[in-house]
Amino acid sequence: MEWRHKDLLDVTQLSLDEVRHVFETATYFQEINSRPVKKVPTLKGHSVVLFFAEPSTRTKTSFDMAGKRLSCDTFSLAKSSSSLTKGESLKDTVLTLQAMNPDGIVIRHQASGAAKFIADRLDCSVINAGDGRHAHPTQALLDSLTLTQEWGSLEGKTILILGDIAHSRVARSNSYLLTLLGAKVRLCGPRTLLPRYLKDWPVEVVPDLDEAMKGVDAVMCLRLQLERQHDGLLPDLREYSKYYGLGPRHLDIAGKDVKILHPGPLNRGVEICSELADSASSLILDQVASGVAIRMALLFLYLTRKNQ
Amino acid sequence: MSNPELVIRNAQWKGGKVDLLVSEGKVLDLIHTSDAAYEGAVEIAADGLNLLPGLTDVHTHLREPGFEYKEDLESGLSAAAHGGFSNIMCMANTSPVNDNGVITDQMLSRAAKVMPDGPRLFPIGALTKKLEGKELSPMHELAESGCVAFSNDGVPVKNTELFRRAVEYASDTGLPVIDHCEDPYLGLGAGMNEGPTSSRNGLAAQPDIAEASQVARDILLAEYLGTSIHLAHISCKKSVDLIRWGKERGVKITAETCPHYLLLTEESAMDYSSMAKVNPPLRTIEDVHAIMDAVSDGTVDMFATDHAPHAAYEKEVEFVIAPCGISGLDTALSLTWSLVSSGELDFDTFIKAWTVNPCATFGLPVNTFSKGDPADFLLFDAQQEWVVEPGTMYSKGKNTPFAGETLKGRVVSHFLGGKKIV
Repeated sequence: MEWRHKDLLDVTQLSLDEVRHVFETATYFQEINSRPVKKVPTLKGHSVVLFFAEPSTRTKTSFDMAGKRLSCDTFSLAKSSSSLTKGESLKDTVLTLQAMNPDGIVIRHQASGAAKFIADRLDCSVINAGDGRHAHPTQALLDSLTLTQEWGSLEGKTILILGDIAHSRVARSNSYLLTLLGAKVRLCGPRTLLPRYLKDWPVEVVPDLDEAMKGVDAVMCLRLQLERQHDGLLPDLREYSKYYGLGPRHLDIAGKDVKILHPGPLNRGVEICSELADSASSLILDQVASGVAIRMALLFLYLTRKNQ
Repeated sequence: MSNPELVIRNAQWKGGKVDLLVSEGKVLDLIHTSDAAYEGAVEIAADGLNLLPGLTDVHTHLREPGFEYKEDLESGLSAAAHGGFSNIMCMANTSPVNDNGVITDQMLSRAAKVMPDGPRLFPIGALTKKLEGKELSPMHELAESGCVAFSNDGVPVKNTELFRRAVEYASDTGLPVIDHCEDPYLGLGAGMNEGPTSSRNGLAAQPDIAEASQVARDILLAEYLGTSIHLAHISCKKSVDLIRWGKERGVKITAETCPHYLLLTEESAMDYSSMAKVNPPLRTIEDVHAIMDAVSDGTVDMFATDHAPHAAYEKEVEFVIAPCGISGLDTALSLTWSLVSSGELDFDTFIKAWTVNPCATFGLPVNTFSKGDPADFLLFDAQQEWVVEPGTMYSKGKNTPFAGETLKGRVVSHFLGGKKIV
């Protein structure tokens, strides 16, 4: 497949065939990741800037490792070490980066729309590694790949996204992509953490967690951003954990085959109990592994698109 | 005032052709076109041009003093002149804030210096000192220096008790209060309507009830105090429903809306365009229709630009940190004229909304083309098409969501007190 996109801003840009192509490419790269020497020259001579204006462990390391395994030169830049702290605008910072002529920029930023903002101004590829509450396309792709590889297909599966939906870019991107791949998506969380307007979302909302767990094949827990409590959106963490935290009894409702996902970082004992996070039902570390393969696939597709 | 010094020949006015006679800066007469000779008069042929009274904008941010890089009095008044505005009321959120007579005096003397021939500037004094919402500003002094109203626009007064006292105190000066209707705790300054677009985009948003709840408060307060309150930049259906209810009860309220609330919806911000970030935010198509109806039936009394110029670099940032506002003086007339051209807005309502009603509400000079009215008028080419090119706008603020759009109708000449200023 000829890759026609310059940028990856959200999964909504991708067709079903394109998503499948990403999965096929990632699956190929997974094999490389299992070799004793996990490095191939595929992107030798290419360079990509990993510009993370927000803290990140998984995504940043995952992109870095993905690039290096393909022999791509990766350059990391954090907000704290960038001129943003000196008052430079995002526009000027990324134009400066582009002047160094990288093949791509991976950006994480706290502002919704930041990835589009820079993509509109840069000639090189821009890959969104999470922009505010808006989108996290690579997370959605790796989540779907993980589940697809677990089940063979998402067709007919029901997946519950649980927690802080309103502030979650993961929820937005996953709601779309899981549905595109044939799954039904359910949302559950306190009303203060649900967007008021959901009519355009391909989801059903089930406010009560016990009800929401009935018949689900997987639960995708979201990190509760602890500051939400201080924003007046929650009374306290104890109550949140009691009514919306995933515990052993929820597995009894859903059944022993239910799978558990979490994009991380985890607040153990808040949105998920430790026992479940480490259980056989958990795919949390599989998600991390899939993440490297997905990002290898995306770097390959986007950085070599002109050559295909 | 017997012989005209200036004669505008053969202009179009309400479907007929007229001659406008001007003497000593005032309207002498408006008559059907004739062949009459006027000895000594300057004659201007206006064939094919519409005659319009000069517009009045009751809601402009001119940025001087303090933010001259966004706009200064000269560039703002120049934009007003070319945009067809004879009278401009400028908000108090300058730096320093216009909360004392010295600042008002400075604004007026600067305006007289940089644009001695107008448009006329009418400052609005701060309702509270430094717009902090803690202490009343010296409203008598501000009135004496030339302020024509009081407002905390941009920074709503959080304390309803203080707002009540401010309205009461202002009434002693005989000048109206303009309220920026926005619940100070409900999505304050989000710049995006809470709705499907904000939900999809993952943007902090403000619901329409942030405005409407303050509109309701102001109606109840105006009724309780028996005094008038002017409601600024109304953007949503819920507000106009409440205003209609208030007026039916006989409450002394007036209201304004802006061209962008009649022509744009929240979808304009779908692509995170900071040019469409405005406060109150752009709403839904249902709101647009409701406001259009409210203008037509007089529930919303007048138009205003809410001209809010910003430097280009300030707007070219992430949506969430971009300042709110649209630069409106250059485009407001053509934008609203498009509603007349399309038949959505009655011509008489258009004239009332831009001239008669604002002038009546704030006691400003108005031209109704009656004998003795100030000869503030425009020769307007309703057929002339032009493309909004920010670089050619007279305002320093190039921030407009209408950039690149082709508009129809443009000011050819602008006369203020019978003197040609454009």
